[in-house]
Amino acid sequence: MAMTVHCDIVSAEKQLFSGLVELVVASGVEGDLGVMPGHAPLLTRLKPGPVRIKTQDGNEEVFYVSGGFLEVQPKLVTVLADTADRAQDMDQAEAEQAKQRAKEALEGKNTEMDYTRAAATLAEATARLRTIEQIKKMAKR
Amino acid sequence: MASGKEIKGKIASVQSTKKITRAMEMVAASKMRRAQERMAASKPYASRMRQVVAHLANADLEYRHIYLQERDVKNVGYIVVTSDRGLCGGLNVNLLKSVVKGAREWEEKGAKVRYCLVGSKGITFFKSVGGDVQATVNGMGDTPHLSDLIGSIKVMLDAYEEGEIDHLYVVYNEFVNTMTQTPKTIRLLPLEPSQDEELQHHWDYIYEPAPKELLDSLLVRFIESQVYQGVVENNASEQAARMVAMKAASDNAGDIIRDLQLVYNKARQAAITQEISEIVGGAAAV
Repeated sequence: MAMTVHCDIVSAEKQLFSGLVELVVASGVEGDLGVMPGHAPLLTRLKPGPVRIKTQDGNEEVFYVSGGFLEVQPKLVTVLADTADRAQDMDQAEAEQAKQRAKEALEGKNTEMDYTRAAATLAEATARLRTIEQIKKMAKR
Repeated sequence: MASGKEIKGKIASVQSTKKITRAMEMVAASKMRRAQERMAASKPYASRMRQVVAHLANADLEYRHIYLQERDVKNVGYIVVTSDRGLCGGLNVNLLKSVVKGAREWEEKGAKVRYCLVGSKGITFFKSVGGDVQATVNGMGDTPHLSDLIGSIKVMLDAYEEGEIDHLYVVYNEFVNTMTQTPKTIRLLPLEPSQDEELQHHWDYIYEPAPKELLDSLLVRFIESQVYQGVVENNASEQAARMVAMKAASDNAGDIIRDLQLVYNKARQAAITQEISEIVGGAAAV
């Protein structure tokens, strides 16, 4: 039997996966990387995209993450997935909106959709498509 | 004494009220179960995050992040988590009381207090009371999402970084059990470095990108996840409090119906007795 390592994939809202895996493939900010049992301790940020794992029984599973962190410890691999769509400018837009809302709540007006929000949504949709393609490819095999 | 028909109408109206409160009680019970599940589901992330952050803060000593630096307190930030809807007993009132109490203590020490409000009840309260409100979120419904909170939290974090806030707290109702919910205040910033015995590792990570950048984004997420947990827990508390309040209301309605039924019966009997005595009196006269 192949070597395995325990892997947790968790997001702020729920636990997505927990179990033994042979391989974890994720897209880090500095390139895609595969983690196998015995990998050196590592901490990296993830780009939006698919996280592929090969479970103990040889099945493959793909999860979509819109960013987050990958942590590798000697006996444990953790993916801390973001649930929300994150980008620096997007966070800024959200912050502006929250301020605006505070003002409105105390006065009463309407807001409008802005460009940064649309751009971030587009980037995320592209990443999501990549995941779907990967899943389709796997299904054909 | 009220006539029979009037009492009958009153009973019918209390009965329909009771039907509503009973239905709300049952809805709250099922929502509470789901809210508790969400509470449990968000725990693994928060605990993993706490471990990673604690490890990072201990490992990387040459860099002291601003979130870890203690400074003189001139301004205090409060993230106040309340429910969107009422009819949940003293839940929000107790929470807001504890916020006001905490804020007053800071003001006595000469610190200014800024607020970030989550939930409509808090907004309504501060609208009438007044206060320096920086950001608000409401209408998150029964399934709050982290994405709804990011913006408001960022407002507070930015204020912290710019020195407009020196301490940041989050206040929400802790779900002790179905009967008990207590307001709880947690300090978010500056972070207290944990002295966990588990953290005495003999290895360090390979960092991608540099530790400084990683720590920046990790700490933000750590704080967000803490606030999110507060919101989810407050949601469970809200449903539990509503369930209890509605149960009490249904019981009270039952008591009122019983009392009114008694009054109605008495009135009916009195009317019959009077009628009979009138007939007897009339017959005797003839």
